[in-house]
Amino acid sequence: MSETAGGAQVVATGNGAVAAPTTELHVDGLRVAVEGKPILDGVDLRVPVGEVHVLMGPNGSGKSTLAYSLMGHPKYQVTGGSASFDGQDLLALTPDRRAQLGLFLSFQNPIAIPGVTTVNFLRAALRAQGRELPAREFIARLGDEMSSLRMDASFRGRYINDGFSGGEKKRAEILQLAMLEPRLAILDEPDSGLDVDALRIVAEGVLRVMERSEGRMGVLLITHYYRILENLTPDRVHIMHQGKIVDSGGPELAHVIEREGYDPYITAISPAGPEVSRR
Amino acid sequence: MTVQAHELTKDYKYGFHDVDVSVFRTEKGISPEVVAAISDHKQEPEWMLKFRLKALDHFFKRPMPNWGADLSGIDFDNIYYYIKPVDEMGRSWDDVPDSIRNTFDRLGIPEAERNFLAGVSAQYDSEVVYHSIRADLEKLGVLFSDCDTGLRDHPEIFKRYFGTVIPPNDNKFAALNSAVWSGGSFVYVPKGVRVEVPLQAYFRINSDNMGQFERTLIIADEGSYVHYIEGCTAPTYSNDSLHAAVVEIIAERGAHVRYTTIQNWSDNVYNLVTKRAIAKQDATIEWIDGNLGSKVTMKYPSIYLMGEGAHGEVLSAAFAGTGQHQDAGSKCIHVAPNTTSNVVSRSISKGSGRTSYRGHIKVLPKATNVKANVRCDALLLDEESRSDTYPYMDIENPDVTFGHEATVSKVGEDQIFYLQSRGIDEQQATALIVNGFFEPFVKELPMEYAVELNRLLALSMEGSIG
Repeated sequence: MSETAGGAQVVATGNGAVAAPTTELHVDGLRVAVEGKPILDGVDLRVPVGEVHVLMGPNGSGKSTLAYSLMGHPKYQVTGGSASFDGQDLLALTPDRRAQLGLFLSFQNPIAIPGVTTVNFLRAALRAQGRELPAREFIARLGDEMSSLRMDASFRGRYINDGFSGGEKKRAEILQLAMLEPRLAILDEPDSGLDVDALRIVAEGVLRVMERSEGRMGVLLITHYYRILENLTPDRVHIMHQGKIVDSGGPELAHVIEREGYDPYITAISPAGPEVSRR
Repeated sequence: MTVQAHELTKDYKYGFHDVDVSVFRTEKGISPEVVAAISDHKQEPEWMLKFRLKALDHFFKRPMPNWGADLSGIDFDNIYYYIKPVDEMGRSWDDVPDSIRNTFDRLGIPEAERNFLAGVSAQYDSEVVYHSIRADLEKLGVLFSDCDTGLRDHPEIFKRYFGTVIPPNDNKFAALNSAVWSGGSFVYVPKGVRVEVPLQAYFRINSDNMGQFERTLIIADEGSYVHYIEGCTAPTYSNDSLHAAVVEIIAERGAHVRYTTIQNWSDNVYNLVTKRAIAKQDATIEWIDGNLGSKVTMKYPSIYLMGEGAHGEVLSAAFAGTGQHQDAGSKCIHVAPNTTSNVVSRSISKGSGRTSYRGHIKVLPKATNVKANVRCDALLLDEESRSDTYPYMDIENPDVTFGHEATVSKVGEDQIFYLQSRGIDEQQATALIVNGFFEPFVKELPMEYAVELNRLLALSMEGSIG
């Protein structure tokens, strides 16, 4: 058992000793190509709901590709393997159906939709998921979440991601996470480009949603930085390299990476290592 | 104010038509005899008949404009140039024949009048069949009638301004309108009077092979304000109809005129309209111009900034679906010093629909310290759709601050994916993006029209997207 910074208990699975939970993300031998070029080369991964899994790895190892592929971006062609959530085949579903099933992707670079206000965007999303709130309740909740994330009230009327700073975009993604309350949150570098304070606000935001879900939300967190893990203690850490998960372990694995970098994996797997790692 | 996915079905709900109840019509085709018959039927003064016949001459002499949209489908011999629907104009809806009143009921005009308008004019084919203005405005000296009434009852104002902004020889279709004009609006706002609630004119074509040639003249005297709104629809016929209006606006010193159009003709209408305004010292003109319907639209609302400190705004939105060509734009002519203009154009093309932005900014030698800004953005919904921009700049005074920005974008895969990743399906995502794209335009409309426009937009988008 491990304690998260917020005090919530999450179940840590011992290495190899997995008690099969009822709801999980189950990725098996997933292969994905972009414009004909293979990126994922057989990814195996399980993320049970209620756990925080961290995905680390050198640039270009395929982490974001995995995130986009799980959400169903049309540019990413699945060439082999399977991916399911809660026993349902994700690969057969459109992205909106995957979201309705409970998936959420926090984008590394969220897209601006000019003319669509943050408040209208969130209402449309909740409505699409069949979880529309009465107007007053919705506004109250949105206000609460925004103040927790230290977002100015004027954000509600701003066009989503349009002219947002890097930090504002990251917070807006977490705001959406908090309002949509998914069952599996894939967070693609929610911490990149943030200063220490902003990082803490984002990490605490994720933690708050996690706690509120009382074990009904899983997190797959893609990050390069150890720092966010000071707030969000992972149950499992996975290392990706050249389109594969090459190692998995407990939180201590992140410490090892922090100390030693990816060189051990790179040299172990590919003699051409350093060049590959810098692509 | 958002488009709902279930509304995204092909349905032009205004395509119905009434049985013919007309009391008089000229024979098909155009000739001096037809023009004389119209003038005679209206019992006009001699000078107007002469004006019309001279204009007809211009019309015959001018070649068809070949620089814009394809107009080869217009058959001038197969058009009725004047159809009079009723003997007398009504001042109450009870005076309007049932079938015509039902039409305007279906279009929601009486309801809008009760709820948020200061005056209403309803034109059916060639004549205004219903007309009203709030009594308090009438007492203040505000005139709002059809143009024929303006000519008959207020000849001194009418004659002073009529045809001065757009002379009959301006272009082929202004000449045609000048020859056969009928109906439209005549608005005069006295000095210092502010008409805070909009006046609305609604133009309805009912007959097949119809040409509608309304004529509008708006005079805002010194320091006054008026917001005039026009809407229009027509039945869907297999034959083409022609709508060629002329709109002239004069804003005297310090006056402010806002002219809002929501053009929603059926897709068998050629909509070839000349609209021009003169802004005198410190006056403001705003054209808010929305084009959703018609087969072909050619329309470039213009502002002549004649007096120092005058300001002009053109905010336009166009949607071209399959088979439609919206060739729209604006002209701002800076004649006087310290004048400013701002043009914002948004257009969306879908299927084989085509939008063009055609804009002209001219700064004359004496116009110092001019600020002009043009921004036009086009959005393409699929591979087939098309958009073109034709900006013309004619700057004869170096003391100008000029900005021009034009973009053409496609509804991006990444935008759709982002919205989908929140559970919104592809069709709804496209609707959100489209609504958002038109937001700068829609937010300038009165609430009721904003709702209506978004609904019309949804109808134009059809069911199958992507």
